[in-house]
Amino acid sequence: MDLYSNKTNFLDRAIIIWLVASVFLVPYANLFVEPSSALFLDTFNVTQLGKFLCLAMLALSVDLVWGYLGILSLGHGAFFALGGYAMGMYLMRQIGDRGVYGNPDLPDFMVFLNWEEIPWFWTGMDQFPIAMVAIVLAPGLLAFVFGWFTFRSRVNGVYLSIITQAMTFALMLAFYRNEMGFGGNNGLTDFKDILGFSLRSQTTRVSLFISSAVVLLLAYFVCQRIVRSRAGRVAQAIRDAESRTRFLGFNVEHYKVFIFTTSAVLAGIAGALYVPQAGIINPREMAPLGSIEVVVWVALGGRGTLYGPIIGALIVNYAKSWFTVVMPEYWIFALGGLFVFATLYLPRGVTGLFRSHER
Amino acid sequence: MISSLSTGLMRRDRVFDFLAPSVSEQLNPNCSTMLYMENVSVSFDGFKAIDDLNFYVDTGELRCVIGANGAGKTTMMDIITGKTRPDTGRVVFGDNVDLLSLDVAQIALAGIGRKFQKPTVFEELNVFENLELALADDKRVFSTLRVRISSEQQGQIEDVAAMVGLETLMRKRAGALSHGQKQWLEIGMLLMQRPLLLLVDEPVAGMTHQEMEKTGQLLSDLAGKHTVVVVEHDMEFIRSIAKRVTVLNQGSVLAEGSMDDIQQNDAVRRVYLGE
Repeated sequence: MDLYSNKTNFLDRAIIIWLVASVFLVPYANLFVEPSSALFLDTFNVTQLGKFLCLAMLALSVDLVWGYLGILSLGHGAFFALGGYAMGMYLMRQIGDRGVYGNPDLPDFMVFLNWEEIPWFWTGMDQFPIAMVAIVLAPGLLAFVFGWFTFRSRVNGVYLSIITQAMTFALMLAFYRNEMGFGGNNGLTDFKDILGFSLRSQTTRVSLFISSAVVLLLAYFVCQRIVRSRAGRVAQAIRDAESRTRFLGFNVEHYKVFIFTTSAVLAGIAGALYVPQAGIINPREMAPLGSIEVVVWVALGGRGTLYGPIIGALIVNYAKSWFTVVMPEYWIFALGGLFVFATLYLPRGVTGLFRSHER
Repeated sequence: MISSLSTGLMRRDRVFDFLAPSVSEQLNPNCSTMLYMENVSVSFDGFKAIDDLNFYVDTGELRCVIGANGAGKTTMMDIITGKTRPDTGRVVFGDNVDLLSLDVAQIALAGIGRKFQKPTVFEELNVFENLELALADDKRVFSTLRVRISSEQQGQIEDVAAMVGLETLMRKRAGALSHGQKQWLEIGMLLMQRPLLLLVDEPVAGMTHQEMEKTGQLLSDLAGKHTVVVVEHDMEFIRSIAKRVTVLNQGSVLAEGSMDDIQQNDAVRRVYLGE
């Protein structure tokens, strides 16, 4: 007898089926369908969908902390960007001596800054496995340390949201500085290869798309596993009545740190997959506004559902790419209008329309 | 400060929580007095909320605490559960557990359950899930991530649900329960923890007469197996359940005894009954 309330519904299944299908169909439509056919998907669109899937994964990670733990993080862009920078460092080292200055030991921006040698924290970043570790560790450690101090001091609600904003803003200002050793204002760009495969080739781009879809699927299963475990119900209990949860003997801070750190790692992995497809990572990814926009995707899709943020992220980003072509100056108003509309008329998000039978 | 820091770091049982001996292992469940509060004082901004309080509860007893507003009832509960730290005094649970050295979560794990005045249940979870979270089980993150409920635990949840009359509402969202049902659920959640000492804050506030009777019966049944301390305003209710009553006034004990003794007591009549 299953008495739990969190059950798989058709949207859960739909999103999984859609992701699995796109892993096979999108590459097929790109590689094996004749360009003249109506079913052909050109490489630009494949990469665009790949990038949006990474953004959907970022939204998923925000939903894990906001929807299930009640922590409105307005700083997840920082974790996304840290993962992206770790990947960017690896991609920079892959350039080798093919940079503008042709220096095999130093990335272009360091030559430009007249640096003699590569900073210590770039050590080993030319090795893919080490870069993978950095992608997980950089956002994970920041989230762990940040969470440990803020949650232990019982910082909650809007104050916590403001601190997360301050975190990403401070990080952005730091990364703007050339002395940080991450390319300053321009960030890291001009990537050539990943694992020796050219980033310009069609098959590499399709492979990156497949990786994004598969990793998003895995992240979805991880999140589902967490929210349906007893720990997930503890998280929801913390969201609804924190001090009551504490009185039941749960160490609330441990749960918060665990889920916040997990979420940050997911965001970092999303960033790492985003960067080779976008071709650039710079400090603007950490802009406070960007992190707030992610929250809009989650709210629009439906908070606390896991599939909602994925749908929300895709809707908003496709709308954005359409708007910025047709009438670029009005996009920001459309986004604001969308958020107001969702708040007023769709409090449970777009996916809430399909769940009206609940409660 | 440096020296206290270094001794703190040297103590292995303090650095890693999981190395600390569990409190319930230290506790002797056969002790004759379940709770001692001795010479406890606490003041907030100069106001003495608790003033040299001495309070003892025997094992298996059902004790009622009464007192006017501001007499210190809630503060007393806060001190026992670790929410408020007293300025002076000793609070001992069982024979040898010093509650002042534990935090809220540790005190809850040690076997002290508290029902709040306002029912606080987890609104978005259903009745079953609410009771499940209250299970006396491993509460650490990495065990709750993996754990599956055992049939024995499921049986325990069903027993408790039946005891508080919610066995047919297991799948109902707690937020959709009536006020009385939420109170039941919260008492049920306390029972899931198999506490040695139950602190119950105004259990019958807002209840109908029948619900009140049922609550009284429930609390009387619990005494003996558990030690129960009830804070209540409703004198009729207290008369129906209490064997011993403690009257608090201005943060210390004014009188203690049977309900009849209390009603005969001159000091109590002056202060509490307003004569």
